[in-house]
Amino acid sequence: MLNRFRLEFPGRPDNVGLARVTVAAFAAQVDPTLEELEDIKGAVSEAVANAIIHGYENSPEGIVVVEGILYGDAIEIFVEDTGKGMENVAQAMEPEYSSDPERLGLGFSFMQTFMDSVSVDSKPGHGTRVVMRKQFASRH
Amino acid sequence: MEIENVGDVLVAELHGEIDLKVSDMLREALDRALERLPVRHLVFDFGAVTFIDSTGLGVVLGRYKKVAGAGGKLGVTGLRPSVRRVLELSGILRIAREYNSRAEAVRALGGGAADA
Repeated sequence: MLNRFRLEFPGRPDNVGLARVTVAAFAAQVDPTLEELEDIKGAVSEAVANAIIHGYENSPEGIVVVEGILYGDAIEIFVEDTGKGMENVAQAMEPEYSSDPERLGLGFSFMQTFMDSVSVDSKPGHGTRVVMRKQFASRH
Repeated sequence: MEIENVGDVLVAELHGEIDLKVSDMLREALDRALERLPVRHLVFDFGAVTFIDSTGLGVVLGRYKKVAGAGGKLGVTGLRPSVRRVLELSGILRIAREYNSRAEAVRALGGGAADA
């Protein structure tokens, strides 16, 4: 492990951007490509928005925790809420599954496209933890 | 966001990072404009957009559905590579037409009658 951070904040919409730029600044320490940084920002945005909208149903009192671990050639990002959780993780991860007609249902699909692996652990009434990993292209 | 209507085309120029923080405001402002103005088509100018996530894309798609329901079309312009990529991934580039400039979008959708 090269470095790590932990950030926690209330689930306010303004904090989606805070999480995104924090993780991007952290990842920038290993000099990723611009595209890799864009991917990481996109994935964090989706995971944190999900925590706020679905986990906490837009209640700003809920606390979202974002953690990052940087290895020389990879990053691991954890996004966790203690909100309402999901009954059926597999269904929630299907493209275009959405519980809200104004939303695309592409959050998990975007995370999977932007990162190399995404796993979700959720328990109704307890919350959701998303673990994402991305390998950086070799710079040598 | 700046909203302008040219003939029967509503042009929405978005700015900065489009995520959960601004999505409600954008949705409400666009819906108000679509109701109030005699427009048929909608053009999003993404020239000043540095980031958009699926929450922001949901606002775009939702407005497309409204406009398309009344026979209108959706145009997009000003896409930087990272914005184009998520528009592609979301399927929006399959339903919208991309134009090289705002003026071209307005000309094409407005049928040439209304030039800025």
